[in-house]
Amino acid sequence: MILRLATRSLMARALTVGLTVLAIALSVALFLGIEKVRTGARASFADTISGTDLIVGARSGSVQLLLYSVFRIGNATNNVTWDSYQDIAARPEVDWIVPISLGDSHRQFRVMGTTPAFFDRYKYRGDRDLVIGEGAGLNDLYDAVIGADVAQALGYAVGDAIVVSHGVASFTDHDDQPFRVAGIVEKTGTPVDRTVIVSLEAIEAIHVDWQQGGVALGGPAGPATPVETIRAMDLTPSAITAALVGVDQRTQIFGLQRWVNDYSQEPLLAVLPGVALQELWQIVGVAETALVAVSGMVVVTALLGMMAMILSSLNERRREMAIWRAMGARPATILSLLVLEAVVMAALGAILGFMLLYAGLWIAQPLFDAAFGLWLPIAAPHAQEFAVLGAVVLAAAVASLVPALRAYRLSLADGMMVKI
Amino acid sequence: MTDPALALTDLRFAWPGRDGFALRCPDFALGQGETVLLLGESGSGKSTLLSLICGIVAAGPGQVRIGGTDLGALRAGARDRFRAEGIGVIFQQFNLLPYASVADNILLPLRFAPQRRARAAKGGCVMAEVQRLCAAIGLPDDIVTRPAGRLSVGQQQRVAVVRALIGQPPLIVADEPTSALDAATQDAFLALLFGQLRAAGAALLMVSHDERLAPRFDRTVHLRDIVTTPRVAA
Repeated sequence: MILRLATRSLMARALTVGLTVLAIALSVALFLGIEKVRTGARASFADTISGTDLIVGARSGSVQLLLYSVFRIGNATNNVTWDSYQDIAARPEVDWIVPISLGDSHRQFRVMGTTPAFFDRYKYRGDRDLVIGEGAGLNDLYDAVIGADVAQALGYAVGDAIVVSHGVASFTDHDDQPFRVAGIVEKTGTPVDRTVIVSLEAIEAIHVDWQQGGVALGGPAGPATPVETIRAMDLTPSAITAALVGVDQRTQIFGLQRWVNDYSQEPLLAVLPGVALQELWQIVGVAETALVAVSGMVVVTALLGMMAMILSSLNERRREMAIWRAMGARPATILSLLVLEAVVMAALGAILGFMLLYAGLWIAQPLFDAAFGLWLPIAAPHAQEFAVLGAVVLAAAVASLVPALRAYRLSLADGMMVKI
Repeated sequence: MTDPALALTDLRFAWPGRDGFALRCPDFALGQGETVLLLGESGSGKSTLLSLICGIVAAGPGQVRIGGTDLGALRAGARDRFRAEGIGVIFQQFNLLPYASVADNILLPLRFAPQRRARAAKGGCVMAEVQRLCAAIGLPDDIVTRPAGRLSVGQQQRVAVVRALIGQPPLIVADEPTSALDAATQDAFLALLFGQLRAAGAALLMVSHDERLAPRFDRTVHLRDIVTTPRVAA
């Protein structure tokens, strides 16, 4: 009966109570949403690459190497010579090695040159393989396999011709050597979705007439080297951007890493993807903590708002308290009534916040995916989220003790007869 | 000899920190089933006296005995329970929780008074008793489900009477329950109140400043005759 009366009392003040509940709901949705994005981003990053034991590139920072080679964020400081690549490939510990060559782009998407082995060796989310949903892999020199997002964003189908631009965000196109979309990789939720994959030889081919990052004499202004001539050329690259390496036995990883890092012919860097990710989290961790702290403060602010709302309503409710007292309610009942109201408001806010969160996720999921390549999973809520909701309700109960204790004292001092 | 419904003996009380307002009542008694009109002007200590009688504030020296029980001997929680069990209260106005239904308002004191609830349920279920009392005091059948805030003042006062009478508490305390009603409604209201009071056998202590009500009561007492309100140094 007391719960029913508390609920009715709240309903009678629907506007202020509604706004308070909404404030709590938004703060809860924000707090949980940030947590979702945070864990989603981590999971998405962690799921991007698996099965690769080492990433080798020019010596720079391990995080930078990871970012440009796997996530296509930023650029390499230098290349790895083909000779060094061959030396690494020849090591007895190496089970497989896949070269990647970056630097060109198609519209807003990066172009990556690699070998067909990439499709066999690249794994994501546990041990999943890339699946070419439509078309086939790289068979011809001018074949391109595009990621699902590339196909969707640019409306490409198998057989369409595409022209690769030189560099990233450049105005110079390799329009003398158009590619053909040979296949489309099924959605993976990784940067592969936003990549145009061509063969390593193709990268070499489109740069035949280019020198030092520019069009050489005899380039577009003069007669370009005929495609037939190019096809007949030895298109072994002189350098690549990075290489993904798998070892025979996991115990050999550190030995090989040391060997690469000590390689005397060229300054190279080998990193373990998992370790580099950990380093990345250490850097990002501070910002994450700040973000969680700020969203936590928003929840606290909403609860303080609720406390102020209850406090300001106390004066006009003294008559109501006097009725409760006259009917035999103890001051402790008055106290628990107000705490109960706060708990009901916080619980409603928490539930509404939860619903807002999932509605928001549902709406934001494709947007996040398109904008950041971040796939936020809409999964069943886990225990931690329920714990957060419980903590919000508990905090509301504690916060409501301030107005509740005031009501307790008022009801003792007022006696039965409040004159209004 | 049965104990009086209410007995005040050498009662003294001072509100802490309120301009030194104090109240003394050397001797006053109300018999079982007796109806007494207590006449007094505003500021004469009526509200304080009623709070003391109901045990909402604890008296200092002296005694408040209700049906033989000394309220001063009870702890605060027990006093609240005792009030719920033994005293029906009717205010001047704003008697009801406006957001609650009429039924919830009537049942509210029973929530804190299990014995009174058991008495109310004797004739069947509690709701049957609520319906019976509502009908007896002239309230429509469908009123119990309506929110109290939507009733007219006269209806609200009658609901307050039903709430005071349910479960037959031996003492009804009323604080100018007719002052918010017009003359015609006042008369009808009092007739219904007294009718139900006699049926329940409860004693009534009604505070008012309206002497015209006196003929309905067994006895009329002027507050100034039983209570002094000396101003003590703050």
